[in-house]
Amino acid sequence: MNKLMTAADMVAELEDGMTVGIGGWGPRRKPMALVREILRSDLKDLTIVAYGGADVGMLCAANKVKKVVFAFVSLDFIPLEPYFRIARQSGAIEVMEIDEGMMLLGLRAAAWGLPFIPTEVGLGTDIVTKNPDIQVIDSPYDDKEWVAMPALPLDVALIHADRADARGVCQIAGPDHYMDDWFARAATKTFVSCDELVETGYFHDPAQARLVHWERSATTGVIPIAGGAHPTSCAPLYGFDVPHFKAYAASAREEGGIQGYFEQYLGASEEDYQQKVGGLDAIRAIELPTY
Amino acid sequence: MTAATDYTLAELCIVAASQAFAGDGEVLATGIGVIPRLAASLAMKTSNPDLMMTDSEAFMLSEPNPLGKRPADFVQANESWMGFSRIFDNVWSGRRHAMLGPTQIDRYGQSNTSALGGTYEQPKVMMLGARGFPGNSISHANSFFVPAHNTRVFMEGECDFVSSIGYNPQRLPKGHSLDDVDIRLIVTDLCVMDFGGPEHQIRLVSLHPGIDVEQVQENTAYPVYIDGEVPTTAAPTPEQLQIIAALDPHNLRAAQIKDNPAGDRS
Repeated sequence: MNKLMTAADMVAELEDGMTVGIGGWGPRRKPMALVREILRSDLKDLTIVAYGGADVGMLCAANKVKKVVFAFVSLDFIPLEPYFRIARQSGAIEVMEIDEGMMLLGLRAAAWGLPFIPTEVGLGTDIVTKNPDIQVIDSPYDDKEWVAMPALPLDVALIHADRADARGVCQIAGPDHYMDDWFARAATKTFVSCDELVETGYFHDPAQARLVHWERSATTGVIPIAGGAHPTSCAPLYGFDVPHFKAYAASAREEGGIQGYFEQYLGASEEDYQQKVGGLDAIRAIELPTY
Repeated sequence: MTAATDYTLAELCIVAASQAFAGDGEVLATGIGVIPRLAASLAMKTSNPDLMMTDSEAFMLSEPNPLGKRPADFVQANESWMGFSRIFDNVWSGRRHAMLGPTQIDRYGQSNTSALGGTYEQPKVMMLGARGFPGNSISHANSFFVPAHNTRVFMEGECDFVSSIGYNPQRLPKGHSLDDVDIRLIVTDLCVMDFGGPEHQIRLVSLHPGIDVEQVQENTAYPVYIDGEVPTTAAPTPEQLQIIAALDPHNLRAAQIKDNPAGDRS
């Protein structure tokens, strides 16, 4: 089966109002080229589920978002995502604010076909008082109450991987695959951009196969885009682009706002974008962060 | 051991906060931010070598990493993979102690990292979000570090958004006891506190040198329980200062408390 496609093909599979899960974590290994293709489209009213960073901020700023399911939205070294902040403070978006681990449970429930997974996480906090869609239930086995974390089924998951083959075997070679395996399994369709397209034989080496974290049946489409995570990181290939994020954050305080940022960088295509940010070699030269 | 005479308030706080982990045994110590991370690292190097620690990314370490940029030939002491999804397996097992710095801490020890003011639909100030606070607070021990002790942090009433469970009987989940909540130490630029007062009231544990009870109470919007004579927070030893300096070669600790004051303000 050949799952190769383009970012434009991916956008053609999306519809207004869909629930879109986005892999990665804050400023790390986000499928930004796919996000940019959504920014260039006329899609709207999306529900975004993410361990959020600039992916969430940009989509909110571009009025693509109806609702965000989140535990945080942050650029790490810039703790508060500027455009998510504006969207929240202007009341422009609905939210489902949950704990980081609850999101994992919601994705697992969706992947496993369960309506919910019981947990004590959220009890005693405003997670259970501010979210009408999250119920607290009695247990058939003890006298305690438990949070019934609802499944978070995704119409679509978007993920960026280091490598993939045309059959949908995806490798994350960086130190952490975050919850991307669960995003892939929780989604009806999963589109994966990758820095490098490889032959299937690449994975014959067990050390390489060990870095494949979900089944290829969970991958719908493979979209080779070298540098496609920029300005987020794709360890070990490149770090996140600190000056770029600073310029992005600064744009929220400037007159042109996100329009100014888009005019300067977004471009009509990914080739256009990469040219505007200095080219693939410059992306690949960005130093990895030290934690 | 003799106490040092020349130390900063940040170093005093690191040493005081490291005490939170001393009796923990074999748990994952997570210190978020420079002072909590140095506190956990100091504990692992001194009072509790059984602590577990990550590289703040995806590996468990048998030796804490120094903070900031490390030499090109530095090899960190990995002992296992520990990606974010696996962190939750540890969190929910209870074998963890986190030290964090929320924006608000109310009289019940409930904390807020999410949003301030306005309505929930349209907050005046959006912050980080609840992050892992709900799960941390009901699963394992938690301590707080507050670099500026004032009534905006230790505020009147209840947190604008309750991100973590505390000792609030009104919010106690069915089948649970307030003793299930385990808030250990609160280390601030003025003092060390805990929730060991009557009915889990916040209690003064020690005052930093040169700080008095009135200053703590004035900067806390709810009553602080005072149990007799309050001791002075122990000064760091030269050995502790040496370990801290080695863990923080770029002196990031100097930028954590406004104006980097001396530890003894008397």
